Amino acid sequence: MTDTSNTGGKRTGAQILVAALERAGVETVFGYPGGPVITLYDAIYDASFKHILTRHEQGAAHAADGYARATGRVGVVMATSGPGATNLVTGLATANMDSVPLVAITGQVPTTAIGNDAFQEADIYGISLPITKHNYLVKDAEQLSQVLAEAFYLAGSGRRGPILVDVPKDIQTALLTPAPAEPVIIPGYEPEPPLQDDQLAELAEALKFSRRPLAYLGGGVTASGAEEELFRFLTENDIPATATLMAKGVFPDDHPLALGLPGMHGTKYANLAIYESDLILCLGARFDDRVAGNVRRFAPNARVAHVDIDAAEIGKRVDTHLPVVGDLKAVLARVLKTVTPVARPDWLRRIDELKQKYPLPLPPQDGPEIKPQSVVLAISEATRGEAIIVTDVGQHQMWAAQLIVSTRPRRFLSSGGLGTMGYGLPAAMGAQIGRPDLPVVLICGDGGFQMNIQELATIREHDLPVKIAIINNGCLGMVRQWQQFFYKERYSSSIWKHEPDFVKIAEGYGIPSRRVTEPAEVSRAVRALLDSPGPQLVDFKVDMFENVMPMIPAGGGQTDFYEC
Amino acid sequence: MKKMISLLVRNRPGVLSHVAGLVTRRGYNVESIAAGPTENPARTRITLVVSGDEREMEQVTRQLRKLIDCIEVRDLKYSEAVTGEVALVTVAVEPEKRLEIMSLANTFGARIADLDENSLTLQVVGSSHMVDMVITGLAPYHIKAMARTGLVALPIDSRENRESLL
Repeated sequence: MTDTSNTGGKRTGAQILVAALERAGVETVFGYPGGPVITLYDAIYDASFKHILTRHEQGAAHAADGYARATGRVGVVMATSGPGATNLVTGLATANMDSVPLVAITGQVPTTAIGNDAFQEADIYGISLPITKHNYLVKDAEQLSQVLAEAFYLAGSGRRGPILVDVPKDIQTALLTPAPAEPVIIPGYEPEPPLQDDQLAELAEALKFSRRPLAYLGGGVTASGAEEELFRFLTENDIPATATLMAKGVFPDDHPLALGLPGMHGTKYANLAIYESDLILCLGARFDDRVAGNVRRFAPNARVAHVDIDAAEIGKRVDTHLPVVGDLKAVLARVLKTVTPVARPDWLRRIDELKQKYPLPLPPQDGPEIKPQSVVLAISEATRGEAIIVTDVGQHQMWAAQLIVSTRPRRFLSSGGLGTMGYGLPAAMGAQIGRPDLPVVLICGDGGFQMNIQELATIREHDLPVKIAIINNGCLGMVRQWQQFFYKERYSSSIWKHEPDFVKIAEGYGIPSRRVTEPAEVSRAVRALLDSPGPQLVDFKVDMFENVMPMIPAGGGQTDFYEC
Repeated sequence: MKKMISLLVRNRPGVLSHVAGLVTRRGYNVESIAAGPTENPARTRITLVVSGDEREMEQVTRQLRKLIDCIEVRDLKYSEAVTGEVALVTVAVEPEKRLEIMSLANTFGARIADLDENSLTLQVVGSSHMVDMVITGLAPYHIKAMARTGLVALPIDSRENRESLL
């Protein structure tokens, strides 16, 4: 389509880059232009994909992440050199921690200027080394096509992750005859390690003799698309399951075998079941310290089986008796074929008993102030697993993880590993662009909301019907809670002295909004939020002193519940 | 415990940063790192000597294996590898004491790489243990400067044809 008549069939590096994105099947790119990428953006003018101009590069990175999590496809983000590139850092680290497939393309000063502290120069290659799965600095325009093909292949295969490609300005402007793309061959890279029969046989044998097996589910279930195999495996073998933030919904929360969240703010019954289990089946999770605060008192009576596509995760924090390296879907398919279903009525009775005895505590809604949990519950009841729920980070995130009934994968998006405040709003925007067919509801604290609030403009510009529920407690709730419990109520820098008027702010951005302060109004306000067209915002003023319970303090074992 | 790891990597810009960065950010202790060309210009061989406890040592190999530019990562036992190191040691020495040092050098097959009125530079080639011994032998004299390459190692089975991997 581009006019190449006066260039002798040659194309610019930027055009070749855009063609490589088109070849990779990219439909949407999130980004923000600047000097060293103007050439690239000029080529994008003719591209077949859509470019979403955000209001901050961090917003673009989280939006690409939300898009990737919601769709399972590789998210793409672009930024200019220097400050544009460094603004991607938090987004890349977030995606890296949660194994989200991203390709980030950054502009760079010309190769001849690299290392001279040129205007808007930053060594994003060096900066992004520890927070990407892999990264590239392209120094030869001939390699652009190949590098981009590799980047997409790497981002979306094996253990997924972000890939950064840094493209200097002279590489974008270079004129060359595009070479046909070669197949990607990366020696030594094994995205789908072959299953080992002995590992599978040992796992099947251990399962046969286990009386109290427990599945501990992580993001690997979503990444491998193993939810159907998982459902059969758990239900045919009477195996209760606890799901991390990254696995919420891969097994339906409303199933009798579902135990909810494990760890620090998990349900007591999930943690006690872990403690009493004789076989932990870790499926694509990684024994994060928020799940296993104290590895010695995590599951003292259990053998540990760990299925992971990343061999380096096995044995990293917890001694593993039964390692299984491989893609979870393939592993479960094989296990289903070899294992004879076993009924475990005694164990299920015990699980029921734990659920009866230690239900999730819910505060009575009797005071004049809205309890934040009641907002989350109303959203769960109104959406019934049909919406994509996106959260920010903090107390509201934990309440959402505890109370939202999620029944399908990719319907609960949250920054799990890095715990990035400011993630929610741009991620919800990306999710809505990726899944225009589904309602997207953002549950967000008043702290995190202000960290990428500028993306309200992008949401308005594209008329994205994201429904925003601010759980506004007028403070940094999680910090305040820790200060209450562990720092003698010395509320150092956690309670604002001034709170902006979010309703007016939303109005300024052209987004319909209202404030809700009465407990009796909550259900109706949530329904109105969901039923009104286009983007909508409701600012729920809630009780500042509500705490997330139960709680196992940092470093605690599964039975070390904090009692206030 | 100490561990010798041999890496065969793609000879790409930044590959050393990836290896060094990984080792640093995961908190492993690096005793030495040596990198250089191989028989194949597209490949670089890196020899790492790291120390730490057993879990750390198990992890370091697995994490290195994950680096995209790593083609092969091997834990090497000394019995499975040929190894060597080069050290340059400059010693302050009066002309009348030169003979003492040259005799020490002869014992270990070291040669004199540089010489002036008041000092002498020895080039020592051999196992790390041998280099250590020469340095111990020179300790009574004043060692003015020293440079060591760190260990380089080649798995013994590299003699066999392993084209399939390359």
